[in-house]
Amino acid sequence: MVPQILTGRAVSSGGGARVDAIEVSAWFGDTQVLDDVSLSVPAATVAALIGPSGCGKSTFLRVLNRMHESVPGAQLAGEVHLNGDDIYAPGQRVTTVRKRIGMVFQKPNPFPAMSIADNVTAGLALTNVRMSRGDRSALVEDCLSRAGLWNEVKDRLDSAGSTLSGGQQQRLCIARALAVGPEVLLMDEPCSALDPTSTRRIEETIAELCSQVTIVIVTHNMQQAARVSQQAAFFLAEQGAPGGIVESGPTLQLFENPADPRTADYVNGRFG
Amino acid sequence: MTVASDVSPTVIGLQPRPPQRLVPGLEPSDRIFHGAVTVVGISVLAITGAIGAFLGYQSIPTLHHYGLRFFTQTSWQPELNRIGIAAVLVGTVEVALVAMVVSFPLALMLALFISDYAPKRVKSWLVSAIDLMAAVPSIIYGLWGFFLLQPHAIKLARWLSQHFGWIPIFHVDTNPNAAVWQQSRYTSSAFIAGLAVAMMAIPLACAVMRAVFDQAPLGEREAAMALGGTRFGVAKTVVLPFAKGGIIGGTMLAMGRALGETAAVLIIISPAYEIKARILEAGTQTVSALIAANFGNATTSQLSALLTAGFVLFLITLVVNTGAAVIIKRGRSGAHTEI
Repeated sequence: MVPQILTGRAVSSGGGARVDAIEVSAWFGDTQVLDDVSLSVPAATVAALIGPSGCGKSTFLRVLNRMHESVPGAQLAGEVHLNGDDIYAPGQRVTTVRKRIGMVFQKPNPFPAMSIADNVTAGLALTNVRMSRGDRSALVEDCLSRAGLWNEVKDRLDSAGSTLSGGQQQRLCIARALAVGPEVLLMDEPCSALDPTSTRRIEETIAELCSQVTIVIVTHNMQQAARVSQQAAFFLAEQGAPGGIVESGPTLQLFENPADPRTADYVNGRFG
Repeated sequence: MTVASDVSPTVIGLQPRPPQRLVPGLEPSDRIFHGAVTVVGISVLAITGAIGAFLGYQSIPTLHHYGLRFFTQTSWQPELNRIGIAAVLVGTVEVALVAMVVSFPLALMLALFISDYAPKRVKSWLVSAIDLMAAVPSIIYGLWGFFLLQPHAIKLARWLSQHFGWIPIFHVDTNPNAAVWQQSRYTSSAFIAGLAVAMMAIPLACAVMRAVFDQAPLGEREAAMALGGTRFGVAKTVVLPFAKGGIIGGTMLAMGRALGETAAVLIIISPAYEIKARILEAGTQTVSALIAANFGNATTSQLSALLTAGFVLFLITLVVNTGAAVIIKRGRSGAHTEI
């Protein structure tokens, strides 16, 4: 497919949460980083993207909520459908797309000048959603509970978000992403900066959330992928070539009975 | 269990050795460079201190002779032995304030445009243009202000005085609605001098603000974007709170510049020694313009009086710049968001 220069256009949408990436290729300037990637994630599923560093997993994730276009010179070919709506179609507003498809980053990034409660509702303030005080408190409690953080912070909602530990900050970021009511949550190696205990808490949170939102998670941790996901996709970039999907399917099948020998080598730790 | 044989037996059972202070090892070439930069660093402090001390020393006769009257007297008439800087200080602050009110929003928006909105190529052009703006000699801004800006600015001044004349600062002692309005009443004012000074304050404030805006953490910017924030939302939620220290610091740095500006002010204003709030009205005076206009034909005692005025300005600028430095330093570096 011919790449089209990304501009900041876009939007509007219905409910639901199935994600279909169709023949997606991506470029940074003239360098192609993704080639012809197609992947479908059913609603209310956790899908893990695995593969060695530099194979385009994170770029693919950022294509899914139009964060890719924030990089100057970024180009894209292909389509991404959210419940059948092409999120790159003309008329789709980028802000609406990002509200429907939330993102949690590798490094916890709460807004340090804001309190814990304000961090949770930051997305509402950013998108000019007004809310009564009571509704706001209820939303803060609901989102923090769903992110598994409520019991730890309920007595200090007014202290700064930056006073929390790394693992708590990451769960705060999950609560913040949930507050705008996304249908899909993208997670880019959410545990790679965390200790094992915090990692386990995040994994528990993912397990609790997966009935409410579709989750696409990039991880370098095979055990984590096996623990949290139902679907998995193995990305690989050959030397000097753009990345692509080698194999995708149910996680169990990918780990125990891979069709491609490269997948077998990777999941068994023989490279990567 | 056996003790490893290579452990020195003299160590075992003895008092722990006292700690020794460690001196960082320096190569001879490092030592020479270290010495050179230390000398330069200290001499800068010494020169600044010497200027302050010289001004302070020169001020003694004046302060001794006039006492507190030097700060309360409005007129500057050495021939009548009436010398004071009350009106001059007010004029200095008025010109600086006009400059800040005009330059602050422009510098802030310009810096935000460069850091967050401008395409990469436009960005580098704009940065060069602003550096150039900072390099233009102030006398050029003075000439520009006098010949090009003033004929237009007086119309704005008249309009302000017509509609907001009831506010003391916009009042002008003439009839703004007269069929043939007195243009000369609106020229050479603190307002017009302030506009010219603002042009010099903008690049200074903008450079500091832009540098800090660029440092706003990418992680927080992306977080705001991923929540569905607009570019303005990102600026409001992430960039401006992050850069608060830099905004205040840059503004105060520009304020220091505005307080001391000489050539442009000297060209534009007509000297008037009167404490007045009417910034649109012709005539004002600032400390540096006073010194520049009078030092040439000053007697020894008048020179001392001028240097005393300079000393007061030196102290004010020192306070403003020190305040700016403290605030910039206290500004969040973003480091504590690291886990």
